Amino acid sequence: MTDTTTGGDVRLTGISKTYGSFTAVHPLDLTVPQGSFFALLGASGCGKTTTLRMIAGLEDPSTGSVFLGDTDVTDLPPYKRPVNTVFQSYALFPHMDISENIAFGLRRRGIKSVKKQVDDMLELVQLGDKATHKPHQLSGGQQQRVAVARALINHPQVLLLDEPLGALDLKLRRQMQLELKRIQTEVGITFVHVTHDQEEAMTMADQVAVMNGGRVEQLGAPADLYENPRTTFVANFLGTSNLIEADVLDTGADVLVTAGGGRLRVPADRCPSAVRKGGKLLVGVRPEKISLAHADDAGEIGADRNRVTGRIADSSFIGVSTQYVVNSPAGAELQVYEQNVERRAGLLPGTEVVLHWNPAHTFGLDADQDIDAGVETVEDSL
Amino acid sequence: MRWLRKNLVVIAGLLTLAYMILPNAVVMVFSFNRPNGRFNYSWQRFSTDAWKDPCGVADLCRSLTLSLQLAAWATLGAVLLGTMIAFALVRYRFRARGAINSLIFLPMAMPEVVMAASLLTLFLNMGVQLGFLTVLIAHIMFCLSFVVTAVKARIMSMDPRLEEAARDLYAGPAQTFLRVTLPIAAPGIAAGGLLAFALSFDDFIITNFNAGPSTVTFPMFVWGSAQRGTPVQINVIGTAMFVLAVLIVVTGQLIANRRKKTATA
Repeated sequence: MTDTTTGGDVRLTGISKTYGSFTAVHPLDLTVPQGSFFALLGASGCGKTTTLRMIAGLEDPSTGSVFLGDTDVTDLPPYKRPVNTVFQSYALFPHMDISENIAFGLRRRGIKSVKKQVDDMLELVQLGDKATHKPHQLSGGQQQRVAVARALINHPQVLLLDEPLGALDLKLRRQMQLELKRIQTEVGITFVHVTHDQEEAMTMADQVAVMNGGRVEQLGAPADLYENPRTTFVANFLGTSNLIEADVLDTGADVLVTAGGGRLRVPADRCPSAVRKGGKLLVGVRPEKISLAHADDAGEIGADRNRVTGRIADSSFIGVSTQYVVNSPAGAELQVYEQNVERRAGLLPGTEVVLHWNPAHTFGLDADQDIDAGVETVEDSL
Repeated sequence: MRWLRKNLVVIAGLLTLAYMILPNAVVMVFSFNRPNGRFNYSWQRFSTDAWKDPCGVADLCRSLTLSLQLAAWATLGAVLLGTMIAFALVRYRFRARGAINSLIFLPMAMPEVVMAASLLTLFLNMGVQLGFLTVLIAHIMFCLSFVVTAVKARIMSMDPRLEEAARDLYAGPAQTFLRVTLPIAAPGIAAGGLLAFALSFDDFIITNFNAGPSTVTFPMFVWGSAQRGTPVQINVIGTAMFVLAVLIVVTGQLIANRRKKTATA
């Protein structure tokens, strides 16, 4: 804390990083609103950690500036920035006990009486009984919380989290997600969280910036990103999308397209503005928006719904839902998730079915991009 | 027979231990001997004369002081240089880094006598007066490899994020080095230092070649006096050094244990 103002937004303007001929981050502009939980989401090597390290000052940007509120901190070394980091490996000092670790930042700024603040922090992360332990005596989840406490005790304007849950097992990760969210709400500090786990980003963050190849593909609230992806990468990386290549027949309030012999409608305001008659469009719909009907019952489907006929290639029972893979003339391997409200018999592989959904749930994407971008991206290499 | 099979490992272990300890025991026992002649080679009768007067032999304590001084300076020099070399080798990428990495081991690989003779040649050709300085230079040189090796291993196993974390937590470069880097590298530096001290204190061959007439170290004194007779005081000094070393190690262990215990309590 170099001043008494409570910070302000984090602003990155034209910031980029190149290593020799490799561009890790292309010039990007980004504003993280004060007090928000902001996630940088992307596969490994997309430049999200580099971006974070440039905010921390651990990496010098090749171009551009970093602002905290109105202060340009681009040329400040990390130890002069009111910003703290939680590292992926936690980076707890092995030769100090837990309370010494947590007090480190305060002591370096010449604050003598740290006892009370350290105790409060230990309380906040629920490790009050571990003050005199050494880091190696703690479990992964506990070490992670110490790392958070060690950063938060400094009341930074921004807390940076570099894949802080990456080394934890699934159950603990879910627990820590809620824990971190709780702490953030409690202290009200801006959190910038780097992760490759789309579920983690969506559960925790108010805003998510999806990064790919050193660029921000899309930025928005989780629900907005999920419902209205603007690129195939976002559509595929955040959850699963069925993308169908279609020809545009007509434009209007609804864009009318044809794919595999069937006709589909897409709301015009969910299509790229460049869409025109005679052109191509990628039609997208999420698997859980689709309903399945037996081909014999096709007559019962409302006339206003989008429909695609196909044959079930595979079905797997997940418990809460059943996931079907349907091959159709419109597209191969369409995914359909159906809630198991009632067990439905007869939807076995080989069955002829009709997929139908509310046209409002359909989105259109520019057909001029890789339809498989972001699919099955190096999932959890851990 | 079954008993033997069951305890074979223990017996082998004890035998090996005895093999290592026996010479030390002889040194200690014979420090309490009162020999008849000038040579302390056969047991006569128990006496603490030598312990009461360890400096009773001419020049012995002077040579001991010299050796201790030499070892201290050599350790300091080797630790300072070696630690810096180790950091440079681990942390930075520069031209000839690989070559230097292997060159560091040369003094370890070179036969000591050859090294000693070559050093002497070098000093003579450069017209340097043989004495304390030439011996010190030689000692720092051969201690360096050991310090670099010990420190390098320690730094390599150190997470570079620790220093980043320190810088992120308001520690400037100097603070980061003093509070984080140095304490974590300390065990490696200490190990290298102890090794350097022991090697320098012990060294006879290189010292003997490169010493001047007035620089008689303890090993040189022992060697010299062995021609004419071996005073019991040599064993006294040896025993004292041994006990001191063991004490240091044991205290170190105790402190480490105590720390671990309070940490878990």
